[in-house]
Amino acid sequence: MAAFVGLFRRDLRLAFRQGGDSGLVLGFFVLAVVLFPLGVGPEPAVLQRIGPGIVWVAALFAALLSLDRLFEADYQDGGLDLLELSSLPLELAVLAKCAAHWVATGLPLALISPLLAFLLGLDRAAILILCASLLLGTPALSLIGSVAAALVLGARRQGVVLSILVLPLDIPPLVFGAGAVEASVAGMGARAYLLILAALSLAALALCPWASAAALRQALE
Amino acid sequence: MKGSNGPRVRGAAALTGLDRNLIAEDLACRRGERLVFAGVSFRLSEGGALLLTGSNGSGKTSLLRLLATLIPPAGGRLFWGVASFDADVAAYRAALQYIGHQDAVKPGLTTRETLLFWAALRGVGAGRRLSLLEEALATFALEAVADWPCRWLSAGQRRRLALTRLVAAPAPIWLLDEPTSTLDRDNQLRLERLISEHRRLGGRVIIATHVPIDVAAAEVIPLDSFVASLDHAAVG
Repeated sequence: MAAFVGLFRRDLRLAFRQGGDSGLVLGFFVLAVVLFPLGVGPEPAVLQRIGPGIVWVAALFAALLSLDRLFEADYQDGGLDLLELSSLPLELAVLAKCAAHWVATGLPLALISPLLAFLLGLDRAAILILCASLLLGTPALSLIGSVAAALVLGARRQGVVLSILVLPLDIPPLVFGAGAVEASVAGMGARAYLLILAALSLAALALCPWASAAALRQALE
Repeated sequence: MKGSNGPRVRGAAALTGLDRNLIAEDLACRRGERLVFAGVSFRLSEGGALLLTGSNGSGKTSLLRLLATLIPPAGGRLFWGVASFDADVAAYRAALQYIGHQDAVKPGLTTRETLLFWAALRGVGAGRRLSLLEEALATFALEAVADWPCRWLSAGQRRRLALTRLVAAPAPIWLLDEPTSTLDRDNQLRLERLISEHRRLGGRVIIATHVPIDVAAAEVIPLDSFVASLDHAAVG
Protein backbone atom coordinates (compact mmCIF):
# COMPACT_ATOMS: atom_id res chain seq x y z
CA MET A 1 0.00 0.00 0.00
CA ALA A 2 2.84 2.41 0.86
CA ALA A 3 4.38 1.59 -2.51
CA PHE A 4 1.09 2.25 -4.35
CA VAL A 5 0.58 5.61 -2.64
CA GLY A 6 4.25 6.50 -3.11
CA LEU A 7 4.14 5.84 -6.85
CA PHE A 8 0.82 7.69 -7.24
CA ARG A 9 2.13 10.73 -5.40
CA ARG A 10 5.42 10.77 -7.28
CA ASP A 11 3.73 10.69 -10.69
CA LEU A 12 1.33 13.40 -9.60
CA ARG A 13 4.21 15.54 -8.40
CA LEU A 14 6.02 15.10 -11.70
CA ALA A 15 2.89 15.97 -13.69
CA PHE A 16 2.16 19.17 -11.80
CA ARG A 17 5.79 20.21 -11.44
CA GLN A 18 8.28 20.39 -14.35
CA GLY A 19 6.15 23.15 -15.85
CA GLY A 20 4.12 20.03 -16.14
CA ASP A 21 2.18 17.80 -18.40
CA SER A 22 -0.97 18.81 -16.62
CA GLY A 23 -0.84 22.49 -17.58
CA LEU A 24 0.10 21.71 -21.17
CA VAL A 25 -2.76 19.27 -21.59
CA LEU A 26 -5.25 21.74 -20.16
CA GLY A 27 -3.93 24.54 -22.37
CA PHE A 28 -4.17 22.38 -25.46
CA PHE A 29 -7.73 21.37 -24.55
CA VAL A 30 -8.93 24.96 -24.12
CA LEU A 31 -7.22 26.16 -27.31
CA ALA A 32 -8.57 23.29 -29.40
CA VAL A 33 -12.14 23.96 -28.29
CA VAL A 34 -11.83 27.72 -28.75
CA LEU A 35 -10.58 27.25 -32.33
CA PHE A 36 -13.83 25.65 -33.49
CA PRO A 37 -16.09 28.73 -33.33
CA LEU A 38 -13.40 30.56 -35.30
CA GLY A 39 -13.43 27.84 -37.93
CA VAL A 40 -17.12 27.04 -38.31
CA GLY A 41 -18.52 30.49 -37.53
CA PRO A 42 -20.32 31.84 -34.48
CA GLU A 43 -23.94 30.78 -35.19
CA PRO A 44 -25.33 29.57 -31.83
CA ALA A 45 -27.46 26.86 -33.43
CA VAL A 46 -24.46 25.22 -35.11
CA LEU A 47 -22.25 25.45 -32.03
CA GLN A 48 -24.93 24.04 -29.73
CA ARG A 49 -25.39 21.16 -32.15
CA ILE A 50 -21.70 20.21 -32.45
CA GLY A 51 -20.49 21.54 -29.07
CA PRO A 52 -20.56 18.27 -27.08
CA GLY A 53 -18.75 16.43 -29.86
CA ILE A 54 -16.09 19.15 -30.06
CA VAL A 55 -15.41 19.05 -26.34
CA TRP A 56 -15.19 15.27 -26.29
CA VAL A 57 -12.89 15.01 -29.32
CA ALA A 58 -10.66 17.74 -27.90
CA ALA A 59 -10.53 15.91 -24.55
CA LEU A 60 -9.53 12.73 -26.35
CA PHE A 61 -6.64 14.43 -28.16
CA ALA A 62 -5.59 16.23 -25.01
CA ALA A 63 -5.43 12.99 -23.02
CA LEU A 64 -3.45 11.43 -25.89
CA LEU A 65 -0.82 14.21 -25.72
CA SER A 66 0.56 13.09 -22.38
CA LEU A 67 0.15 9.34 -22.84
CA ASP A 68 3.43 8.70 -24.66
CA ARG A 69 5.22 9.84 -21.50
CA LEU A 70 3.28 7.55 -19.19
CA PHE A 71 5.93 4.79 -19.19
CA GLU A 72 8.53 6.19 -21.58
CA ALA A 73 10.55 8.18 -19.03
CA ASP A 74 10.68 5.20 -16.66
CA TYR A 75 11.61 2.92 -19.56
CA GLN A 76 14.46 5.19 -20.67
CA ASP A 77 16.02 5.85 -17.26
CA GLY A 78 15.79 2.34 -15.80
CA GLY A 79 12.94 3.19 -13.42
CA LEU A 80 10.82 0.45 -14.95
CA ASP A 81 13.28 -2.15 -13.59
CA LEU A 82 12.69 -0.75 -10.12
CA LEU A 83 8.92 -0.90 -10.57
CA GLU A 84 9.10 -4.53 -11.68
CA LEU A 85 11.37 -5.46 -8.75
CA SER A 86 9.39 -3.47 -6.17
CA SER A 87 7.09 -4.92 -3.55
CA LEU A 88 4.17 -3.80 -5.72
CA PRO A 89 2.82 -6.15 -8.42
CA LEU A 90 3.32 -4.51 -11.81
CA GLU A 91 -0.45 -4.52 -12.42
CA LEU A 92 -0.96 -2.32 -9.37
CA ALA A 93 1.93 -0.11 -10.41
CA VAL A 94 0.15 0.43 -13.74
CA LEU A 95 -3.02 1.25 -11.85
CA ALA A 96 -1.22 3.80 -9.67
CA LYS A 97 0.27 5.44 -12.74
CA CYS A 98 -3.10 5.51 -14.53
CA ALA A 99 -4.76 7.02 -11.46
CA ALA A 100 -2.10 9.74 -11.34
CA HIS A 101 -2.47 10.32 -15.09
CA TRP A 102 -6.22 10.72 -14.69
CA VAL A 103 -5.95 13.12 -11.76
CA ALA A 104 -3.37 15.17 -13.68
CA THR A 105 -5.25 15.24 -17.02
CA GLY A 106 -8.75 13.74 -17.15
CA LEU A 107 -9.99 15.36 -13.96
CA PRO A 108 -8.84 18.92 -14.83
CA LEU A 109 -10.37 18.52 -18.31
CA ALA A 110 -13.71 17.51 -16.83
CA LEU A 111 -13.61 20.35 -14.30
CA ILE A 112 -12.88 23.06 -16.86
CA SER A 113 -15.35 21.68 -19.43
CA PRO A 114 -18.39 23.59 -18.03
CA LEU A 115 -16.63 26.87 -18.85
CA LEU A 116 -15.94 25.77 -22.41
CA ALA A 117 -19.45 24.38 -22.84
CA PHE A 118 -20.77 27.74 -21.65
CA LEU A 119 -18.64 29.50 -24.27
CA LEU A 120 -20.12 27.22 -26.94
CA GLY A 121 -23.61 28.26 -25.83
CA LEU A 122 -24.83 24.98 -24.31
CA ASP A 123 -27.64 25.34 -21.79
CA ARG A 124 -27.28 24.55 -18.11
CA ALA A 125 -28.64 20.98 -18.22
CA ALA A 126 -26.40 20.07 -21.16
CA ILE A 127 -23.37 21.56 -19.40
CA LEU A 128 -23.95 19.40 -16.32
CA ILE A 129 -24.37 16.25 -18.39
CA LEU A 130 -21.23 17.03 -20.40
CA CYS A 131 -19.21 17.47 -17.24
CA ALA A 132 -20.62 14.26 -15.76
CA SER A 133 -19.90 12.33 -18.97
CA LEU A 134 -16.27 13.52 -18.92
CA LEU A 135 -15.88 12.60 -15.26
CA LEU A 136 -17.19 9.10 -15.94
CA GLY A 137 -15.50 8.56 -19.30
CA THR A 138 -11.99 9.99 -18.93
CA PRO A 139 -10.78 7.17 -16.59
CA ALA A 140 -11.35 4.81 -19.51
CA LEU A 141 -9.20 7.06 -21.72
CA SER A 142 -6.28 6.88 -19.27
CA LEU A 143 -6.61 3.12 -18.79
CA ILE A 144 -7.00 2.22 -22.47
CA GLY A 145 -4.17 4.61 -23.27
CA SER A 146 -1.88 2.85 -20.80
CA VAL A 147 -2.08 -0.40 -22.79
CA ALA A 148 -1.04 1.35 -25.98
CA ALA A 149 1.65 3.37 -24.18
CA ALA A 150 3.13 0.12 -22.86
CA LEU A 151 2.94 -1.56 -26.26
CA VAL A 152 4.83 1.15 -28.13
CA LEU A 153 7.79 1.29 -25.69
CA GLY A 154 11.01 1.17 -27.67
CA ALA A 155 9.24 1.75 -30.99
CA ARG A 156 10.21 4.57 -33.35
CA ARG A 157 7.76 7.43 -34.00
CA GLN A 158 5.98 6.46 -30.79
CA GLY A 159 3.56 9.38 -30.72
CA VAL A 160 2.12 8.55 -34.12
CA VAL A 161 1.91 4.79 -33.50
CA LEU A 162 0.29 5.49 -30.15
CA SER A 163 -2.43 7.67 -31.71
CA ILE A 164 -3.21 5.06 -34.30
CA LEU A 165 -3.51 2.39 -31.61
CA VAL A 166 -5.49 4.43 -29.10
CA LEU A 167 -7.95 6.47 -31.15
CA PRO A 168 -10.00 3.51 -32.49
CA LEU A 169 -10.20 2.07 -28.96
CA ASP A 170 -11.44 5.42 -27.66
CA ILE A 171 -14.47 5.40 -29.98
CA PRO A 172 -16.93 3.86 -27.46
CA PRO A 173 -16.33 6.49 -24.74
CA LEU A 174 -16.54 9.21 -27.42
CA VAL A 175 -19.84 7.91 -28.84
CA PHE A 176 -21.53 7.53 -25.48
CA GLY A 177 -20.00 10.70 -24.01
CA ALA A 178 -21.14 13.04 -26.75
CA GLY A 179 -24.32 10.97 -27.11
CA ALA A 180 -25.25 11.58 -23.48
CA VAL A 181 -25.42 15.34 -24.02
CA GLU A 182 -27.33 15.03 -27.29
CA ALA A 183 -29.83 12.69 -25.69
CA SER A 184 -30.42 15.10 -22.84
CA VAL A 185 -30.85 18.02 -25.26
CA ALA A 186 -33.34 15.92 -27.23
CA GLY A 187 -35.22 15.28 -23.98
CA MET A 188 -34.59 11.51 -23.92
CA GLY A 189 -32.63 11.46 -20.68
CA ALA A 190 -28.92 10.80 -20.46
CA ARG A 191 -29.01 8.20 -17.70
CA ALA A 192 -28.47 5.15 -19.92
CA TYR A 193 -25.53 6.80 -21.69
CA LEU A 194 -23.87 7.78 -18.43
CA LEU A 195 -24.31 4.27 -17.04
CA ILE A 196 -22.70 2.78 -20.16
CA LEU A 197 -19.81 5.25 -19.81
CA ALA A 198 -19.33 4.16 -16.20
CA ALA A 199 -19.44 0.53 -17.33
CA LEU A 200 -16.78 1.22 -19.96
CA SER A 201 -14.51 2.77 -17.35
CA LEU A 202 -15.07 -0.13 -14.96
CA ALA A 203 -14.36 -2.68 -17.69
CA ALA A 204 -11.17 -0.81 -18.57
CA LEU A 205 -10.26 -0.77 -14.88
CA ALA A 206 -10.64 -4.54 -14.69
CA LEU A 207 -8.82 -5.41 -17.92
CA CYS A 208 -6.28 -2.75 -18.86
CA PRO A 209 -3.82 -3.05 -15.94
CA TRP A 210 -3.25 -6.73 -16.81
CA ALA A 211 -2.70 -5.98 -20.48
CA SER A 212 -0.40 -3.03 -19.76
CA ALA A 213 1.64 -5.02 -17.24
CA ALA A 214 2.06 -7.87 -19.75
CA ALA A 215 3.24 -5.40 -22.40
CA LEU A 216 5.66 -3.78 -19.92
CA ARG A 217 7.19 -7.15 -19.02
CA GLN A 218 7.69 -7.77 -22.72
CA ALA A 219 9.47 -4.42 -23.04
CA LEU A 220 11.73 -5.21 -20.05
CA GLU A 221 13.23 -8.38 -21.50
CA MET B 1 15.19 10.42 14.79
CA LYS B 2 15.47 7.98 17.65
CA GLY B 3 18.12 5.31 17.50
CA SER B 4 20.01 7.18 14.80
CA ASN B 5 23.29 6.04 16.35
CA GLY B 6 22.93 2.55 14.98
CA PRO B 7 20.23 2.26 12.33
CA ARG B 8 22.37 0.23 9.95
CA VAL B 9 22.83 -2.56 12.46
CA ARG B 10 19.13 -2.39 13.22
CA GLY B 11 18.44 -2.46 9.48
CA ALA B 12 20.57 -5.50 8.86
CA ALA B 13 19.10 -7.29 11.87
CA ALA B 14 15.65 -6.78 10.38
CA LEU B 15 16.62 -8.44 7.10
CA THR B 16 15.18 -11.83 6.34
CA GLY B 17 16.79 -14.40 4.11
CA LEU B 18 20.32 -13.50 5.24
CA ASP B 19 21.06 -17.17 5.83
CA ARG B 20 20.10 -18.35 2.37
CA ASN B 21 22.87 -19.06 -0.13
CA LEU B 22 22.60 -18.10 -3.76
CA ILE B 23 23.67 -21.02 -5.93
CA ALA B 24 23.89 -21.00 -9.72
CA GLU B 25 24.33 -24.14 -11.78
CA ASP B 26 25.21 -23.96 -15.46
CA LEU B 27 23.36 -20.70 -16.12
CA ALA B 28 22.99 -19.69 -19.73
CA CYS B 29 21.62 -16.53 -21.24
CA ARG B 30 20.17 -15.86 -24.66
CA ARG B 31 19.53 -12.40 -26.07
CA GLY B 32 17.49 -12.67 -29.23
CA GLU B 33 19.17 -15.29 -31.40
CA ARG B 34 22.55 -14.98 -29.70
CA LEU B 35 23.67 -17.19 -26.81
CA VAL B 36 25.59 -14.69 -24.66
CA PHE B 37 27.16 -17.08 -22.15
CA ALA B 38 26.65 -20.61 -20.91
CA GLY B 39 27.88 -22.82 -18.11
CA VAL B 40 28.13 -20.15 -15.39
CA SER B 41 28.13 -21.72 -11.93
CA PHE B 42 28.86 -20.19 -8.55
CA ARG B 43 27.96 -20.41 -4.92
CA LEU B 44 27.55 -17.19 -2.98
CA SER B 45 27.55 -17.86 0.73
CA GLU B 46 27.14 -15.61 3.75
CA GLY B 47 29.32 -12.51 3.52
CA GLY B 48 30.45 -13.56 0.07
CA ALA B 49 31.30 -11.37 -2.88
CA LEU B 50 31.35 -12.12 -6.57
CA LEU B 51 33.04 -10.00 -9.23
CA LEU B 52 31.81 -10.34 -12.79
CA THR B 53 34.54 -9.22 -15.15
CA GLY B 54 34.91 -9.32 -18.89
CA SER B 55 35.12 -7.16 -21.96
CA ASN B 56 32.21 -5.06 -23.24
CA GLY B 57 29.41 -7.29 -24.45
CA SER B 58 30.60 -10.37 -22.58
CA GLY B 59 27.30 -10.52 -20.68
CA LYS B 60 28.02 -8.91 -17.30
CA THR B 61 24.84 -6.85 -17.38
CA SER B 62 22.86 -9.77 -18.80
CA LEU B 63 23.98 -12.04 -15.96
CA LEU B 64 23.05 -9.40 -13.38
CA ARG B 65 19.63 -8.84 -14.97
CA LEU B 66 19.15 -12.60 -15.07
CA LEU B 67 19.99 -12.86 -11.36
CA ALA B 68 17.60 -9.95 -10.74
CA THR B 69 14.81 -11.97 -12.47
CA LEU B 70 14.45 -9.28 -15.12
CA ILE B 71 15.28 -11.76 -17.89
CA PRO B 72 14.64 -15.51 -17.73
CA PRO B 73 17.63 -17.89 -17.93
CA ALA B 74 17.99 -19.78 -21.21
CA GLY B 75 19.37 -22.76 -19.32
CA GLY B 76 20.71 -23.92 -15.96
CA ARG B 77 19.29 -23.44 -12.50
CA LEU B 78 19.41 -20.80 -9.81
CA PHE B 79 18.77 -21.68 -6.18
CA TRP B 80 18.05 -19.32 -3.33
CA GLY B 81 18.56 -21.44 -0.23
CA VAL B 82 17.30 -24.93 -0.94
CA ALA B 83 14.51 -23.95 -3.33
CA SER B 84 14.67 -22.69 -6.89
CA PHE B 85 14.47 -18.87 -7.01
CA ASP B 86 11.16 -18.97 -8.86
CA ALA B 87 9.47 -21.01 -6.13
CA ASP B 88 8.78 -17.66 -4.45
CA VAL B 89 9.82 -14.87 -6.79
CA ALA B 90 8.31 -12.13 -4.61
CA ALA B 91 10.38 -13.16 -1.58
CA TYR B 92 13.52 -13.55 -3.71
CA ARG B 93 13.02 -10.11 -5.24
CA ALA B 94 12.47 -8.62 -1.79
CA ALA B 95 15.91 -9.96 -0.85
CA LEU B 96 17.57 -8.17 -3.78
CA GLN B 97 18.72 -4.62 -4.25
CA TYR B 98 19.57 -4.20 -7.94
CA ILE B 99 21.43 -1.05 -8.98
CA GLY B 100 21.54 -1.07 -12.78
CA HIS B 101 23.89 1.04 -14.88
CA GLN B 102 21.07 3.55 -15.30
CA ASP B 103 20.32 5.75 -12.32
CA ALA B 104 16.51 6.03 -12.62
CA VAL B 105 16.73 9.58 -11.28
CA LYS B 106 13.89 11.93 -12.27
CA PRO B 107 15.05 15.49 -13.00
CA GLY B 108 11.87 16.97 -11.50
CA LEU B 109 12.15 15.42 -8.03
CA THR B 110 14.49 16.46 -5.24
CA THR B 111 17.16 14.11 -3.90
CA ARG B 112 15.15 13.56 -0.71
CA GLU B 113 11.88 12.87 -2.59
CA THR B 114 13.66 10.42 -4.86
CA LEU B 115 15.08 8.44 -1.95
CA LEU B 116 11.80 8.38 -0.02
CA PHE B 117 9.98 7.17 -3.14
CA TRP B 118 12.48 4.36 -3.71
CA ALA B 119 12.17 3.26 -0.09
CA ALA B 120 8.36 3.33 -0.28
CA LEU B 121 8.52 1.29 -3.48
CA ARG B 122 10.51 -1.36 -1.63
CA GLY B 123 7.86 -1.48 1.10
CA VAL B 124 9.99 0.17 3.81
CA GLY B 125 7.64 1.40 6.57
CA ALA B 126 6.97 5.15 6.84
CA GLY B 127 8.75 5.68 10.18
CA ARG B 128 11.80 3.63 9.27
CA ARG B 129 12.00 5.38 5.89
CA LEU B 130 12.81 8.72 7.54
CA SER B 131 15.51 7.40 9.85
CA LEU B 132 17.11 5.44 7.01
CA LEU B 133 16.92 8.51 4.77
CA GLU B 134 19.27 10.59 6.92
CA GLU B 135 21.72 7.72 7.12
CA ALA B 136 21.51 7.13 3.38
CA LEU B 137 22.22 10.78 2.57
CA ALA B 138 25.19 10.74 4.95
CA THR B 139 26.66 7.56 3.47
CA PHE B 140 27.53 9.28 0.20
CA ALA B 141 27.72 12.84 1.57
CA LEU B 142 24.60 14.05 -0.23
CA GLU B 143 23.18 16.11 2.67
CA ALA B 144 24.08 19.41 0.98
CA VAL B 145 22.03 18.56 -2.12
CA ALA B 146 19.16 16.83 -0.31
CA ASP B 147 16.62 19.47 -1.35
CA TRP B 148 17.96 20.19 -4.83
CA PRO B 149 15.98 19.05 -7.83
CA CYS B 150 17.89 16.17 -9.39
CA ARG B 151 18.28 18.06 -12.67
CA TRP B 152 20.99 20.10 -10.92
CA LEU B 153 23.00 17.03 -9.89
CA SER B 154 26.17 16.02 -11.71
CA ALA B 155 26.54 12.54 -13.20
CA GLY B 156 28.61 11.45 -10.19
CA GLN B 157 26.05 12.81 -7.74
CA ARG B 158 23.26 10.99 -9.57
CA ARG B 159 25.30 7.79 -9.37
CA ARG B 160 25.77 8.31 -5.64
CA LEU B 161 22.06 8.93 -5.25
CA ALA B 162 21.31 5.63 -7.02
CA LEU B 163 23.79 3.84 -4.75
CA THR B 164 22.16 5.24 -1.59
CA ARG B 165 19.27 2.87 -2.33
CA LEU B 166 21.51 0.25 -0.72
CA VAL B 167 21.11 2.05 2.60
CA ALA B 168 17.63 3.56 2.18
CA ALA B 169 16.08 0.16 1.37
CA PRO B 170 18.25 -2.55 2.97
CA ALA B 171 18.37 -5.97 1.32
CA PRO B 172 20.63 -8.99 1.93
CA ILE B 173 21.76 -9.45 -1.69
CA TRP B 174 23.22 -6.52 -3.63
CA LEU B 175 23.49 -6.66 -7.42
CA LEU B 176 25.64 -3.76 -8.65
CA ASP B 177 26.20 -2.96 -12.31
CA GLU B 178 29.35 -0.86 -12.84
CA PRO B 179 28.81 0.88 -9.50
CA THR B 180 32.02 2.92 -9.66
CA SER B 181 31.49 4.48 -13.08
CA THR B 182 31.55 8.30 -12.71
CA LEU B 183 32.49 8.03 -9.00
CA ASP B 184 35.54 9.95 -7.79
CA ARG B 185 38.20 8.35 -5.59
CA ASP B 186 36.64 9.41 -2.25
CA ASN B 187 33.25 8.06 -3.18
CA GLN B 188 34.67 4.82 -4.48
CA LEU B 189 36.27 4.41 -1.04
CA ARG B 190 32.90 5.14 0.58
CA LEU B 191 31.31 2.46 -1.58
CA GLU B 192 34.05 -0.07 -0.77
CA ARG B 193 33.58 0.63 2.95
CA LEU B 194 29.82 0.23 2.60
CA ILE B 195 30.28 -3.11 0.83
CA SER B 196 32.68 -4.49 3.43
CA GLU B 197 30.33 -3.39 6.24
CA HIS B 198 27.43 -5.11 4.46
CA ARG B 199 29.45 -8.32 4.11
CA ARG B 200 30.60 -8.18 7.72
CA LEU B 201 26.93 -8.33 8.73
CA GLY B 202 26.37 -11.37 6.55
CA GLY B 203 25.20 -9.64 3.37
CA ARG B 204 26.14 -10.82 -0.11
CA VAL B 205 27.18 -8.76 -3.08
CA ILE B 206 27.62 -9.36 -6.81
CA ILE B 207 29.42 -6.65 -8.77
CA ALA B 208 29.81 -6.35 -12.52
CA THR B 209 32.77 -4.15 -13.34
CA HIS B 210 35.60 -3.64 -15.76
CA VAL B 211 37.54 -1.27 -13.53
CA PRO B 212 39.45 -2.44 -10.44
CA ILE B 213 37.47 -2.28 -7.22
CA ASP B 214 38.81 -3.21 -3.82
CA VAL B 215 36.63 -6.02 -2.55
CA ALA B 216 38.38 -8.47 -0.24
CA ALA B 217 38.34 -12.20 -0.95
CA ALA B 218 35.92 -11.95 -3.84
CA GLU B 219 35.40 -14.80 -6.24
CA VAL B 220 35.92 -13.64 -9.81
CA ILE B 221 33.86 -14.86 -12.74
CA PRO B 222 35.65 -13.89 -15.97
CA LEU B 223 32.70 -13.93 -18.34
CA ASP B 224 34.94 -13.84 -21.39
CA SER B 225 35.74 -17.50 -20.75
CA PHE B 226 32.05 -18.42 -20.67
CA VAL B 227 31.25 -16.88 -24.02
CA ALA B 228 29.08 -19.45 -25.68
CA SER B 229 30.84 -21.72 -28.11
CA LEU B 230 29.06 -24.02 -30.51
CA ASP B 231 29.23 -26.94 -28.02
CA HIS B 232 27.01 -24.98 -25.68
CA ALA B 233 24.49 -24.02 -28.32
CA ALA B 234 22.33 -26.96 -27.29
CA VAL B 235 21.74 -25.50 -23.83
CA GLY B 236 18.21 -24.20 -23.36
